[in-house]
Amino acid sequence: MDKTKQEMEIHGEQRWSEVLKPKDNLLNIRLGEIWRYRDLIQMFVMRDFVATYKQTILGPIWFFIQPILTTIMFAVVFGGFAQLSSDGMPRLLFYLSALTIWNYFSECFTKTSSVFITNASIFGKVYFPRLIIPISIVVSNLLKFLIQFSLFLGFLIYYLIDGGYPIKPNLAILLLPVLIIIMAGISLGAGMIFSAMTTKYRDLTFLLTFGIQLLMYATPVIYSVQSIPEKYRGWVMMNPLSPVVEAFRYAFLGTGQFSVFSLTYSASFMVVLLMVSVVIFNRVERTFMDTV
Amino acid sequence: MGNLAIKIEDVSKLYELGTIGTGTLSRDLQRWWANVTGKEDPFMKIGQENDRTRRSDTNFMWALKDIDLTIQKGDVVGVIGRNGAGKSTLLKLLSKVTAPTTGKIFIDGRIASLLEVGTGFHPEMTGKENIYMNGAILGMRKKEIRRKFDEIVQFAGVEAYINTPVKRYSSGMYVRLAFSVAAHLESEILIVDEVLAVGDAEFQSKCLGRMESVSKNEGRTILFVSHNMGAIRNLCSRGVVLNNGRIHSTGTVTESIAEYMRGNLSERAVVTRPSDPSKDLEFLDIRVVNKSGEVTGNILSGDSFELQATVNVRRYRENATLSFRFTNQDGIPVLTTALDDYLGQYRLTQGEHSFRIKIDPNVLMPGKYEVLAAIFETKVQMFDLLEQAVSINIENYGTLYRDSDRKGVVAPVFPWLVSETGINK
Repeated sequence: MDKTKQEMEIHGEQRWSEVLKPKDNLLNIRLGEIWRYRDLIQMFVMRDFVATYKQTILGPIWFFIQPILTTIMFAVVFGGFAQLSSDGMPRLLFYLSALTIWNYFSECFTKTSSVFITNASIFGKVYFPRLIIPISIVVSNLLKFLIQFSLFLGFLIYYLIDGGYPIKPNLAILLLPVLIIIMAGISLGAGMIFSAMTTKYRDLTFLLTFGIQLLMYATPVIYSVQSIPEKYRGWVMMNPLSPVVEAFRYAFLGTGQFSVFSLTYSASFMVVLLMVSVVIFNRVERTFMDTV
Repeated sequence: MGNLAIKIEDVSKLYELGTIGTGTLSRDLQRWWANVTGKEDPFMKIGQENDRTRRSDTNFMWALKDIDLTIQKGDVVGVIGRNGAGKSTLLKLLSKVTAPTTGKIFIDGRIASLLEVGTGFHPEMTGKENIYMNGAILGMRKKEIRRKFDEIVQFAGVEAYINTPVKRYSSGMYVRLAFSVAAHLESEILIVDEVLAVGDAEFQSKCLGRMESVSKNEGRTILFVSHNMGAIRNLCSRGVVLNNGRIHSTGTVTESIAEYMRGNLSERAVVTRPSDPSKDLEFLDIRVVNKSGEVTGNILSGDSFELQATVNVRRYRENATLSFRFTNQDGIPVLTTALDDYLGQYRLTQGEHSFRIKIDPNVLMPGKYEVLAAIFETKVQMFDLLEQAVSINIENYGTLYRDSDRKGVVAPVFPWLVSETGINK
């Protein structure tokens, strides 16, 4: 029998394993409970994979096709037609590097932002810690990220062997886990805030697709910070996602702006955002079934 | 360890009807900001106290109000009440799907709820994958499911299809599998809400059997909501009657069922009319009386009951007769009983006549009936007509209880004669 629940209350002779109250401590994310449900995270991740690619002919190959197509499109439109600088790097590699990490953010964000609405039917019937679902989204997208990342590595090695380009992978690669954690944290936080608000205001879901596109242009994905006029650089680096994308590119290609200061800024942003989002999420998860 | 499983203290649940919030995001943001900084709500009406625990505007509805309840460990409690009485809300609070507005609920032990079976089933995944998925959603650990896997599959009777995606399952198989997972969950408290409305008769009795064994052999606490009084009586030891979000009474299951049947006066069990001099013949009074002589529209399907009518005849009409017609909730006239069926040419002479029509047990299927009453001369004239004179609610009980999904419009119990004729060898 499980007695790890945090809320033990002695009530006369009677011991209670749990107390349900109208209001709870909003910062309490009940990590112990989430830990007990860890198998569920695994199940959701598996379901996500099974559900996405069953009854498709190419199956998991889509994980590769999607980023390649986007990269080629970017290379043709932004690199070819618009002649945007790729810092002397092969265009394919330049776009693919940023897209790999950007996709992780945008996928996590989009999915977590509709958690309450897409899962209303489950949430309405069974209790489990609601945070399980955003967490499982972040995890399952991490797997997708790793697949796309291996694709990127493939291209990187190809170009390295090919020579002819000043590609200089460096020790900043060791920071990759940090970059991933920052991206995961920001997308989780922003997604949770959005998901909490969309339970009341469905309009926000329409804004979201547009907002993410806009955000991509405000992040150095199709351009590098170096290539834009000096006076705009500060603004672009205000975007907490920019340092992460730049650092990623710097680590693997050796081009781009890298500074510990701006990464610390992104990390702090992530921590604050996560705290705010947990408060909002906790508030909503307790009674959102009444408003959906 | 104490001996209480659940203690509910002063719990209420408020639902907001209609639009939520002030209507626009910006105003809600301002209100939220005011709330956070501890200022007054800028959109509150002057003088109105923003006390959600007390306010009862037309926009708010108390689904549950001032609920106090204790449930002993090992009790099997039937929660009884009409639609909208708050049964489901109570179970939702207990299963943590939503939080109470006021009050506290103390729980000792893990709760498993079968509010709706099959939650989280994904059509593309196989039966096996779904068992793990569904089990995990219900709070089971993987190893726990693995240990019970064979038992679950066997109980559901889907051994042959366990590696087939559940979208290929028949709906019966689907439900059986889903119930089976939930029924094998190890929890101290089990919450069951009308799951027996699904599946075929055989499986329903299997489910009831499973729940009986769970409560009797494993000593688990069960909360059971059903409209099937037979199932409640058979399974439960105690009962809670809810009415309009409040606890109407608690007690043994027999007391509670009786209380529910008595308190359920919403059915129009009696109609009394003032005399109308313009009519030659008229009904003065029609009522439904149960076996024990009480006036009530709630009749158990295994009981006989009476329709009693008083007719006033101001002027004798030679061919006048009267009849009652029962129409079920689908609008199908199920049967008509007429005066001449039994009494032949009874003469409705001037003065008052009282009739008692005895309806045999097991004639009507469980459900609601409207009774039409008419005094008329066949194909000539209607003297008095009450389209919906009284209404009767036949509660599922007794012989039918294991088969709440039986088809048909009547429910007579026929003798079955059986003789063993030996086996051909």
